[in-house]
Amino acid sequence: MGRNFKKKVTPLLLTAPANFWLWAFFTIPLISILWLSLTTGNTLDGFTLTWNFGIYPDAVSQYSEQFGRSFLYGGISTALALIFMYPVAYWIAFRGGKYKAIFLFLLLLPFLVSFIIRILTWQFILADNGIVLSALKDIGLVSQNAHVLSTPFAVIAGLTYDNLPWMALPVYVALDGIKRDQIEAASDLYASGYQRFRTVILPLSAPGIYAGILLVGISSVGDFLSAQILGGPSTTMIGNIIQTQYVQNQNYPLASALSLVLMVALLAFVVLYGRFFGSKTLKEFAG
Amino acid sequence: MDPKRPENETAWMRGLTQPRLSRRQLVHGAAGFAVLTALGPALAACGVGGTKGTGSAEDVDWTAWWQEQNATKNLSFANWPLYIDTGGGGKHPSLEKFTKESGINVSYKPVIRDNAEVLLQDQPGPPAGDPIGYDIIVMSNGWELGQLIANRWLTPLDHSQLPNFKKYAGEVATRLAYDEDLEYSAVWQAGVTGIAYDPKLTGGEIDSVEALFDPKFKGKVGMLSDNDEVGSLGLLALGIDPATSTYDDWKKSAAKMKEQRDKGIVRQYYDNSYVKALQNGDVALTQAYSGDIFQSNNSGYPDLKFVVPKEGAMLWRDNSVIPLHAKNPVSALKWIDFYYKPENQAMIEDWINYISPVPDAQAIIRDELDDPTVADSPLVFPPQSMMDQLREYPLNYTPETQKQWAGLFDPIIQS
Repeated sequence: MGRNFKKKVTPLLLTAPANFWLWAFFTIPLISILWLSLTTGNTLDGFTLTWNFGIYPDAVSQYSEQFGRSFLYGGISTALALIFMYPVAYWIAFRGGKYKAIFLFLLLLPFLVSFIIRILTWQFILADNGIVLSALKDIGLVSQNAHVLSTPFAVIAGLTYDNLPWMALPVYVALDGIKRDQIEAASDLYASGYQRFRTVILPLSAPGIYAGILLVGISSVGDFLSAQILGGPSTTMIGNIIQTQYVQNQNYPLASALSLVLMVALLAFVVLYGRFFGSKTLKEFAG
Repeated sequence: MDPKRPENETAWMRGLTQPRLSRRQLVHGAAGFAVLTALGPALAACGVGGTKGTGSAEDVDWTAWWQEQNATKNLSFANWPLYIDTGGGGKHPSLEKFTKESGINVSYKPVIRDNAEVLLQDQPGPPAGDPIGYDIIVMSNGWELGQLIANRWLTPLDHSQLPNFKKYAGEVATRLAYDEDLEYSAVWQAGVTGIAYDPKLTGGEIDSVEALFDPKFKGKVGMLSDNDEVGSLGLLALGIDPATSTYDDWKKSAAKMKEQRDKGIVRQYYDNSYVKALQNGDVALTQAYSGDIFQSNNSGYPDLKFVVPKEGAMLWRDNSVIPLHAKNPVSALKWIDFYYKPENQAMIEDWINYISPVPDAQAIIRDELDDPTVADSPLVFPPQSMMDQLREYPLNYTPETQKQWAGLFDPIIQS
């Protein structure tokens, strides 16, 4: 008893709420979804377990296009978010001075508005006769029939925009945590600006980049609102399909199977990504 | 339009405040969510039971049941927002008049927009069942209503207590393909899915569904993302009556709609955001719900036009239904009968402006309420010539037919 017992029980007690949370709201629903995906039936007559594993190859082949598109759009928007936000985070971390908090606040300010409202505003701005396109059309820069909405460009732009803070914040935290001494040391050792960035700052900010890519990548691959509001007839993402199958068609087995396939695919991505770039990043970057 | 007219203000207000989601789609979402949520407990019991026939027993003698019901002094009424006459201070003159005449207090809840639990709660637990808490809810025609009926989750109407309905209900309310014997549904309002267009962009009048397939408008045609609407349009274009169409017809329709999409004619499959797309000029012409365009005309877009094409247009309806185990069923019947009386209907209709189920309200709105704009609108009181052009939706309400239908048209809408 005494200390040993405490040592064993304390962590259990401390993690109990999280454990409960994960079991009640993640593990059990996940098992339910797996089970549901193997049933057949409809809501009126009920669903019975028929071990219908055939639904998985069917779901994948039927919607392979949308799966591929989701990963493509998600990948592009993640890369864009990184390209856009790294310099911003860098600037705030190293040049923000005493106004850092204000700059960060300004960066996040638009995101205090509901996503739906922001994306609807995009829809308004990018409309065929909206403020951007009508001006470009008037001066003859784009053809009269040009449109941005309903194109993959609009969907990817929407995805990227929505995820900017999730890239900016972890990268900023990583950059801000770099000790200035280390950069000074690099300078003292006659590192050029590029070398300093390449061998010191970039490797030290890698954990932030890693986290940012995970956060942005996962949420944009599964997104459906951007495609629904800014997309066109050929930009449907897998999230849209799952939503339709669940809510409108009540095809629970198919929707469950699609959700699980998406989850497994994302999981595979995370595992591979972690293996190649995760914990090793620091060392590899440093060469 | 006289800007001093209060109707314009209310219409304008509604134009600003109405959700950008279609009524029909909202019901889809809500019912889906309801069943989805109901899945939880079912799963816990290690099996998802069907809901069919889980309501009242099959052999209830409803005539006898109605005779046992006593009049009460309360009525709880759940409706869509902004879907009843509303005066100053948010009061509803028709409801006040009803209370004055009948002594029944109405608890009016315009909750059906964002409170999916309303439909979720409409799952009576056997055997006695819990009342949903509402005596009347307003549901669109569609497979959701079909499912409520198949589940026997509704109370059949007692038409012997609805003399005004019998006397005044127009064709809109009496010819229901989804409830032929009017067993459950008393139409609250109806509407038309036709074509809306901007004459400046189309360069002329539109009078045929063929315009939606015209390569001239490539990339400028809007379609609704509701598979019922897309599939029915294909049937209309092929000259097939949707109400009596078969699976083979549906396949032909799907082929036609797929071709329209693959040729790049369709700009997008829209939810109610088609209104904005039309206003912004993203589309030149689009499938559209009649009421939305009427409101757009009154809120800064007077040039937009709505047409019932010569091949026909779809007629949808929102129905008052009485949930099973409602606490005040007699009050519910009294209210239904009240709003079918032309003078009462006129009060409500002059504000809502969708299609009225009571044709006799027209003269009252024109002469007594002095509002010829509404009274003479063919989209509020359709003349017989227009009624003849309005079509009923295909009977795709059973799980099998619904699966067939969705299997054909979803891949077109979402590809």
